[in-house]
Amino acid sequence: MADLPLIVVEGDASGPVLELHEPLSFWGGLDPETGCIIDQRHPQVGQCVTNTLLFMPVGRGSSSASSVLAEAIRLGTAPAGLVMLEVDEIIALGAIVADEIYDHTMPIVVVSAEEFARGTQLGVAYLTSVGEIGAVEVGH
Amino acid sequence: MVVRLLRRRSKTKPSHWSVHRSAHLRSLAGVDLQLSADEQAMAAGEAGPGCQLAMRVLTRTAQAMGAAQLRPITGAHIDSCLYHGQAGIDFAARLVEGEASVVVPTTLNVSSLDLLHPELYRGDEETGRAARHLMELYEQLGCEPTWTCAPYQLEERPSFGEHVAWAESNAIVFANSVLGARTHRYGDFIDIAAAITGRVPDAGLHTDAGRIATIVIDVHQIAAELLAADVAYPVLGHVIGGLVGTDICVIDGLPEGTNEDRLKALGASMASSGTVALFHAVGSTPEAPTLEIALGGQPPERTLTISMADMRAARDALSTAELMSAHPTSSAPLRGISLGTPHYSVAEFGRVRDLLDGRRIAPGFDAFISTGRGVLTELELRGWAETLREAGVQIVTDTCTYITPIIEDRPGPIMTDSAKWAYYAPGNLGVDVIFGSVEDCVESAVAGTLVRETGRWDG
Repeated sequence: MADLPLIVVEGDASGPVLELHEPLSFWGGLDPETGCIIDQRHPQVGQCVTNTLLFMPVGRGSSSASSVLAEAIRLGTAPAGLVMLEVDEIIALGAIVADEIYDHTMPIVVVSAEEFARGTQLGVAYLTSVGEIGAVEVGH
Repeated sequence: MVVRLLRRRSKTKPSHWSVHRSAHLRSLAGVDLQLSADEQAMAAGEAGPGCQLAMRVLTRTAQAMGAAQLRPITGAHIDSCLYHGQAGIDFAARLVEGEASVVVPTTLNVSSLDLLHPELYRGDEETGRAARHLMELYEQLGCEPTWTCAPYQLEERPSFGEHVAWAESNAIVFANSVLGARTHRYGDFIDIAAAITGRVPDAGLHTDAGRIATIVIDVHQIAAELLAADVAYPVLGHVIGGLVGTDICVIDGLPEGTNEDRLKALGASMASSGTVALFHAVGSTPEAPTLEIALGGQPPERTLTISMADMRAARDALSTAELMSAHPTSSAPLRGISLGTPHYSVAEFGRVRDLLDGRRIAPGFDAFISTGRGVLTELELRGWAETLREAGVQIVTDTCTYITPIIEDRPGPIMTDSAKWAYYAPGNLGVDVIFGSVEDCVESAVAGTLVRETGRWDG
């Protein structure tokens, strides 16, 4: 693994922090129309990822995840940004294609376990184009 | 030429390879991507704007994977042809408008429609039209209309050591593990980008080092009687996928020469509950003649032992309906079975035919089996298709019952022999599911009520 943070898709984002407690397959697990988790086996079924800074350690499952993420980005239901522990090319592709054809960037960054754990403690957080994560203080 | 950073195309300037300097990404990624003269030409748009877009998607993904170069492929299997929304159409249309076409033999995965049995589709017309449009776009790009998630059941399939770009998680794991071909875990968009450019990132599972197992899965505690049954394999895959996540494992203790249909079920299941793109099985898969070879001569990072209790727990976890317990809480009776996820092989159809043994599916009971049109042709030639239809089996081609509205929306769970179907159907269709062996499924369908045999799970 290269040095961290690794910028998979470059961009800025901010939003409420949402940590996934189990990996989620976007295909079959996320409804791109609503941005909500529909995998009935997922502990966070019913929660919505829209405009969050989503902390998702790894991806999982079907290779259709790219299409679902691209569609969610097109519809504006996707997370604002994605923080991961490993590069997931299938998820990256959804963001890369949306970036190419819609000019809408959903940044993805891979960080260390320590940085990931620190980020999940933040209420509302920002992600910069160089992969820095920090707290957005309310009132600023 | 060294590509340091691929930035989003400027709105005012056409995309080209004048590189936006950013020492930052280069140092973070740690690897520069080197393109050959041919690849530079494609990137510069000399093969047209469609190929240029494909090259951009490919190179950006290559950078995310840390690849230093691209490498040629001999074939591709495309998942992007399955409709998930307008984004897929927009991307494919950009490729078609940009006059792109595939440069290697390219097969197509399932779509949302059964073109041979269009009356089965119960979805709304608009979605059906969009799905059909997407399918046509991929045919226009030069792909073969195979419409199957099991391209390894086609006559032409990659041989050992061949590099390909396959998407569809069950196909990926089969190509790598069972055929010994080499594909990374490709998803939608890069599959067609690779087919158009004839290239993939030279990284991950394309490399020798990327294929070595680090985890040993010891299955010696699983009763031989259970491992002698088809039903063990999707369940075992469900257990393993949950344990290994994205890591490569070698399974020690499976019967030697475990057949392709069982390895197919094992892999499909591992790729649903986990993110498995390659597994080894000592004595059954080509890169694991011995445990030591599969591990690359290194000691494993972990050894995990699967118990009978693990197997029973996984079997139970695959059912959402509680009909399997002694005191069912769900009042709706079983109303159908769905087999063929991944697409059934000719041998698997033969098994159903033998189990039916001239008996018919109970009246009003649904019995679906999904397969590829290539397998259906073989069934027609053998006369099996007619036998099965007369028995009340509905053969579904080109698609699968868990990705599109085919099964009637009414109360009552569906039984399946597929861990993948069991995994995804509740979320996709909103149905309850009961997992069982193919024997259980056929006996239930004939009886018109739930039949389960649990003996071989004891011990």
